[in-house]
Amino acid sequence: MPQAVAKTRDEQEEIARKLRRDIVVSTTEAGSGHPSTSLSQVELMTILYFGGVLRYDPTNPRDPERDRFILSKGHGAPGLYAFLAEAGYFPSEELMTLRKLGSPLEGHPNMNRVPGVEASTGSLGQGLSIGVGHALSARLDGLDFRVYVMTGDGEVEQGQIWEAVMFAGNHGLDNLTLIIDHNGYQQTAAVDEVQPLDPLVPKLESFKWQAREIDGHSLDEVESALDWACGVTGAPQAIIARTVKGKGVSLLESAPHKWHGKPIPKDEEPKALEEIAAS
Amino acid sequence: MTFGIKNIDFEIGPATREAFGKALEQAGADERVVVLDGDVNNSTMTMFFKDRYPDRFFNAGIAESDLVGIAAGLAGSNKIPVVSSFATFLLCNAFDQIRMSVAFPDQNVKMVGTHAGISIGEDGPSQMAVEDIALACSLPGVTVMVPADAPSAEVATKAMIEREGPTYLRCGRPKVPIIYGEGADFHIGKANTLREGDDITLIANGIMVAMALDAAETLKGEGVSVRVLDMHTVKPIDVAAIERAANETRGIVVAEEHLCYGGLGSTVAMVLAERSPTNMSFVNLGDTYATSGTPEELLQQYGLTPRAIEDAARRVLKT
Repeated sequence: MPQAVAKTRDEQEEIARKLRRDIVVSTTEAGSGHPSTSLSQVELMTILYFGGVLRYDPTNPRDPERDRFILSKGHGAPGLYAFLAEAGYFPSEELMTLRKLGSPLEGHPNMNRVPGVEASTGSLGQGLSIGVGHALSARLDGLDFRVYVMTGDGEVEQGQIWEAVMFAGNHGLDNLTLIIDHNGYQQTAAVDEVQPLDPLVPKLESFKWQAREIDGHSLDEVESALDWACGVTGAPQAIIARTVKGKGVSLLESAPHKWHGKPIPKDEEPKALEEIAAS
Repeated sequence: MTFGIKNIDFEIGPATREAFGKALEQAGADERVVVLDGDVNNSTMTMFFKDRYPDRFFNAGIAESDLVGIAAGLAGSNKIPVVSSFATFLLCNAFDQIRMSVAFPDQNVKMVGTHAGISIGEDGPSQMAVEDIALACSLPGVTVMVPADAPSAEVATKAMIEREGPTYLRCGRPKVPIIYGEGADFHIGKANTLREGDDITLIANGIMVAMALDAAETLKGEGVSVRVLDMHTVKPIDVAAIERAANETRGIVVAEEHLCYGGLGSTVAMVLAERSPTNMSFVNLGDTYATSGTPEELLQQYGLTPRAIEDAARRVLKT
């Protein structure tokens, strides 16, 4: 039976530190990947997986009654893998096979190779529609599972996101929560320089969503926002999470547009790990 | 509409889209079937399903990318989603969603494109899917079907729903000649031999099947023994039937309502080049978009006629 896992705040903080470390170490070992976007989503995922939100069962990953978490921003895969391993879907040692030939832990998530991955993503903009499909099926079957979709902020430039936003709003899919990891940067520049998106809350509200903006690195704020989302009826909910790309590693935080798809070099890794340990 | 047919007195039956729509309504008895349409349900004929099962029908608006993505999510929750729109909008607008959310993860999504080919007529080239088969066939694991008439479209729809895996079904707008009786013998991936012969083989699908049968009659009058295969499934292609045709007849003509690249002709040629190189000729739209006109005028203008098939056969037999 899928169950939520609720750790104490101290344990959650420890998990966040541990998984930040996993993200850095696994991508540096791989020699490629997207650690900075993975780091910005850590507190959000900590509450989802270890703050009593998602109901899941690693021994039966496709249980029809499970809550669904879809990482639409597929390049955040190292972050997703770290959480799935910590949640018990596969051994943490496998994280060191990231992106290597033969490993199920591909550069972007493959739902047919990794237990716990709900959608194969990596072509941006597609996860919210998939989430809508799951949410509709819950309604059709009278099941009470919930669907959480995490997108990036640059990803919101994709038209398909707004197609799905319209559909979900018009159908009042209150079992669907969108979390936008609003770290402010896309591959080459700040989102504000490419296609400014803000304010997102009124945009989503005008499509019949309920939306709020939070500090996506505050475990307290993330917890209370996800708690709020669960209680909303008649409308899908969006949590716009202000985050920092590369959070916890000064090298990445200082120049996010230079580190989008780059791992931390081996010689910089010890300092990064020290910073994470001290956080 | 005659399709240029002069030798055979075919009964003109419903359009393949209509047969699909009726069969889909029947398939709705399975509660897992959910239909998503891009605001064209009175064209795609999913309106029959909509009227009967309104709770499991969703008009998601003119948003094909979203339609396909929603279908992928429904499939992930063990539904059998059927997505329908005009073939060109479904395949071309939502190609990346079909690739990434359906084909790559091998999701059990049924994609039905109607109004395919130039036989839609006056609406013109923006509405004509002439590259859909190439797009669908390029995707690993996707089954691709092009039924020739209403009875086979009905059986194809049923087979599509029953068979696990992503599938593309191509249907047309016009009413078409009836080739099969009720309950057509139709198996995904297995060509139907409509006529036995040992001089030449005509391989066709969709509206070109009736034309191939008509061409066969003309050629028979010239003393040519013609085999006709309805290759309703382009992928997986019936390799055995193609190889047999190559070995037992002297050449092959492939006829389809599609551009020359990446459709049935290319697929048959690829099979034969490796296994049994054979004299071939192709009847298709070549490498060009069409224009507006009546369906009959367009088929004539772009060389999709029984006469074009006969000429192609004569060319092959001369080589």
